[in-house]
Amino acid sequence: MSEEVKTPKLDDLEKGPWPSFVSEIKTAAKTNKMAKDLLGQLEQSYEDKIGHWKHGGIVGVLGYGGGVIGRYSDLPDKFPNVSHFHTVRVNQPAGWYYTSDILRKLCDIWERHGSGLTNMHGSTGDMVLLGTTTDQLESTFQELTAIGFDLGGSGSAVRTPSCCCGQSRCEWACYDTMKLTYDITQHYQDELHRPAFPYKWKFKMSGCPNDCVASIARADISIIGTWRDDIQLVQDEVRNYSKAGLDINRDVVNNCPGKCMDWDGNNLAIENEYCVKCMHCINAMPKALSPGKDRGAAILIGSKAPIMQGAQLSSVLIPFVKLDDEESYKDLYEVFDAIIDLWCEEGKSRERIGEFIRRVGLANFVEAIGLEPTPEMVGAPRDNPYIFYQIEK
Amino acid sequence: MAESVKVEEVADAMFRIIKEGQGLKKYKATDLQKEMIEKFGADRCNKDLCKKAIRILIESERCVYTYFGGSFIEIPHREAAAND
Repeated sequence: MSEEVKTPKLDDLEKGPWPSFVSEIKTAAKTNKMAKDLLGQLEQSYEDKIGHWKHGGIVGVLGYGGGVIGRYSDLPDKFPNVSHFHTVRVNQPAGWYYTSDILRKLCDIWERHGSGLTNMHGSTGDMVLLGTTTDQLESTFQELTAIGFDLGGSGSAVRTPSCCCGQSRCEWACYDTMKLTYDITQHYQDELHRPAFPYKWKFKMSGCPNDCVASIARADISIIGTWRDDIQLVQDEVRNYSKAGLDINRDVVNNCPGKCMDWDGNNLAIENEYCVKCMHCINAMPKALSPGKDRGAAILIGSKAPIMQGAQLSSVLIPFVKLDDEESYKDLYEVFDAIIDLWCEEGKSRERIGEFIRRVGLANFVEAIGLEPTPEMVGAPRDNPYIFYQIEK
Repeated sequence: MAESVKVEEVADAMFRIIKEGQGLKKYKATDLQKEMIEKFGADRCNKDLCKKAIRILIESERCVYTYFGGSFIEIPHREAAAND
C-alpha cells in the first residue's frame, strides 16, 4: 500500500509487553486496503471518543438468520474501504483443534473475500472473520462449507456451543466434552441457524470443576464435569509433595472450602461427603489426587454477562448425570427442550433464561419443566438454596 | 383430531401479517407461531408446522431474518444503516 496512515493514539496500544492488535492490523494494512482504512477509522474513533460503526441488522447468507453481524462505517466517504465491514462467525471445531493445513485454507479464503483479519477466537468460541462486504458473504460461505466449516450462531438463537479440550488432553475430564459439544451442535442445528428464541442461548461444556471455558459465568446451560465417589488419593505422592517443600496444611488443607481434609504429617485424610468438588487440592497436588472414578457432569442453568440486567452465575439444575453415550444425551435434550419450550412461550423479548428463572422463581420453574426439586439445586455449594420445604402434616 | 392446515397456507398467512405490520411491528418467530396457532387452532397448527412455514418464507426469499436487539422476520428491505 502507498502512504502510511498516521495513528499516534493507536501507537500507544503497541507499547508494553503484550501482543497488540494494532500491530497486527498495521501488518495487514501493508497489503490490504480494508485493514488500512480500519486503522484510519479506529484512530478517528479514539480522536473523537466515539465509535464510528453502525449496526447492520439485515445482512446474512440465504436461509440463515445468524452467523453474520452487519457493520457499516458512518464515515464511508473518508474510509470507503470499510464502508461495509461485516463480521462472519464460523463454528469452531470442538476443543479448537486445527491442522496447519486447514488454518492456511481458512486464511486464504478470508484474504480472498475479506480483510484477512481474524479474531481467534471470539468470547463465544467461534472463529471470527472480521470485515467483508455484503457482496462477498455468499461466496465466503460457499468456500467455507466446501472445506467443512459452517457459520456459527448469532442473534436470538442457540449460539455456537463450545467446550474445553476434555478427555483429548486432560486426565481430569469427567466426560467427553468434545463429543457432547459435537452432538449438541448437530442436535440444535435448526435452532442455531434459524433464530426463534426470546434471546440468545449458550451451551458450554467443561470437563471438570476447574471450568476452563468459564461456563458457570456465561452459559445459559453449563455442563460441568464432576464425580460422586471419593477423590482418588495416593498417600506416597502426598508425602513426596511434603518432602519437596509443599506446606500441605497451609497451602492445601487450610484452603479447602469444605474443610474436609486433615494432614497429620504422614497421612492425608479426606471426608469425601464434605467435599464440594472445588478442585483446589487436586490442582495443588496433581500427582497425589485426582477426581473419583464415578464420573459424570452437573447441569447448571442461568448465567449471563451484564447486558440487559446484572451478571449472574449459573445455579445447579441437575446435580449429577452420567454422560457415557448418545443415549444419555437424549435424556439431556428432553430436559433442555422442555426448558426452551417454556422460555419461548413465557419469556419476554431479550430475557435470558437466568433472568426468566429469577422472575418466575426457581420452584415454579422446575415445576413447569417437570423436574423434581432437590436440595442440591443451589446457587453455590452449601449456600443459597432456592427451594423451601414445608413439613408435611 | 382435525386435519392439519397445509404448510404453504401457514406460510402465506404469516407473510400477510408480516406485510401488514411492516414498519409498525416487528415479528419474532415465536410471535408468528402464536398468531398462527390462534388463527388456525391448536388442533390444526403446531410449532413444527410453523417452523416449516418460516423456513419456506426464508428460503423463498419472501422474508429475511433481521436483527434489532433480537432476531425478527421481515420483508426484505433496505435498512437505514446500510451504505451503498
